[in-house]
Amino acid sequence: MDELNVILLSKQKFEKAKLLKLFSIIAAILVVISFLGIIIFIIINGIPNLSFNFIFGETTARAPTISAPVYNTLIIIFFTLLIAVPIGVCTAITLTEYLKRGNKFVGLVKIATETLSGIPSIIYALFGMVFFVKFLGWGYSLKAGIFTLSIMILPTIIRATEDSIKSVSDSLREASYGLGAGKLRTVTKVVLPSASKGIFAAIILSIGRIVGESAAVIFTAGTTFNKGALGLNSQGATLAVSMYVLIERGMIDYAYTAALVLIVCVICINLLSTALGKKVGDKYDKNN
Amino acid sequence: MKDKKLITEKLAKIIFITAAVFSIAAIITICIFLFANGIPAIRKIGIINFLFGSVWNPSAGKYGILTMIVGTIYVAAGCLIVSVPVGVLTAVCITKYCGKKIKAVLEQIINILAGIPSIIYGFFGMIILVPFAKELAYILGISGASGSGIFVGSIILGIMVLPTIINLSVTAIENVPKSYFEGSTALGAIKERTIVKVILPAAKSGIFTSIILGTGRAIGETMALALVLGNSATFPKSIFHSMENLTVAIVKELSYAEGLHYEALISIGLVLFVFILIFSFSLKLIKKGNKNG
Repeated sequence: MDELNVILLSKQKFEKAKLLKLFSIIAAILVVISFLGIIIFIIINGIPNLSFNFIFGETTARAPTISAPVYNTLIIIFFTLLIAVPIGVCTAITLTEYLKRGNKFVGLVKIATETLSGIPSIIYALFGMVFFVKFLGWGYSLKAGIFTLSIMILPTIIRATEDSIKSVSDSLREASYGLGAGKLRTVTKVVLPSASKGIFAAIILSIGRIVGESAAVIFTAGTTFNKGALGLNSQGATLAVSMYVLIERGMIDYAYTAALVLIVCVICINLLSTALGKKVGDKYDKNN
Repeated sequence: MKDKKLITEKLAKIIFITAAVFSIAAIITICIFLFANGIPAIRKIGIINFLFGSVWNPSAGKYGILTMIVGTIYVAAGCLIVSVPVGVLTAVCITKYCGKKIKAVLEQIINILAGIPSIIYGFFGMIILVPFAKELAYILGISGASGSGIFVGSIILGIMVLPTIINLSVTAIENVPKSYFEGSTALGAIKERTIVKVILPAAKSGIFTSIILGTGRAIGETMALALVLGNSATFPKSIFHSMENLTVAIVKELSYAEGLHYEALISIGLVLFVFILIFSFSLKLIKKGNKNG
């Protein structure tokens, strides 16, 4: 094939055309280099300070540790999911099972979720500060962070749940109705279990976003390193925020190690969601 | 027994629909609170002074954000210069030039790139790229450059936006019917010519969407830029001089701002919010146009 083309085209033109292949491979290599560059940069600089004490020990003025930020991050993940997942899943059920496509309300909800998903995190930060911290008078608190993040990840959960519910085949629903089950029973016992893997993948994706988020948390949950005594009313930095604080304070060595822990978490979350996504894909292939 | 079942069904429906109202309520609340808190400061400062004033000096009572708006545009443009060629070419490589195994590896890498928190990108830029840019500016004979600024900001943002552009472009290219490729090849065009003259034009609306989405992200990105743009609200003398954009101004000053200064920062957020709304609206129009066309 290529030889034929060489005959048909002048050699010069042919070589010019081949530049596309060269450039596209160079572009792909650039992507790989930036990926490896960032990962290696964090690993090489992060490992020297990595210790059991840094992750689990108590923070002192001289040597900050990330035990409280890690704890805060876990708390925030748990409660954010506790709020956003039920609301998101129920919204998706409404959109797919209870209301028809052309319904005006469905259109409104879709516009709302699309707009929410396009809002950058700094706007969520401002909103969280103006509404939860100041207007409701919660002050900097984990609670304010949790509610702000819940709104932020809601579109992700709605979208993914909707997609996975839509891919549940209608024959399953019909079979359930045929056996005398009502709508609610069909939704909870048939549709949701079949869509559960997609929902789970969405949850993991959301965890990744919560872990990596910094702007929206700094101005709602605050930046302190200690474990608060007030539960959800106390303020506290998450892991990503603690990294920012360490950079601002000039404790670069500690920031590297916090970055290492952060990036390891993110990569694990990412691989897990890819693996889950693959499994979901396999299942559909078999069904069709 | 039947009545009870009916009531449960009704109740369930009500609960489901109430949940769906939540996202509408959320977006309305966000709009109301941003406008209610953002507009008073704009009124006090005067909309012309606010949007077109080029001096931002809260302690002297000067609140002009023109430099930040220009900064946001510069950085978004720089980000596109970096990310569009690399992103589209990588998408071509993934779809047309590499085997299944390499494709899987590349896609995994791109997924992880998409998941890396922006603060880590910023950290990387601050430690590795800023000193490099300072050296470069010195070699080029640009004096007084700190290294942080548009140059590093564009590269970092460019890398961050790559996954969006690559993923959507790959989908767009893969959606071009195979017959296009076969037809073009049958007419004697070599693969490269087919890609440039047939495949990419056919996929252009998808690629364009990816670019708009990427731009949206570039406008809104905060934490990475906060670490690599430097901190001075002036028109930058070169791409190696420090500067400020809308998001960075908010993140750097919000924690200590008070009074009118605090309100003005919320107004900056409002300007940004309107920017983003215009963006998602135009994206929607483009999508609609594609469906009709």
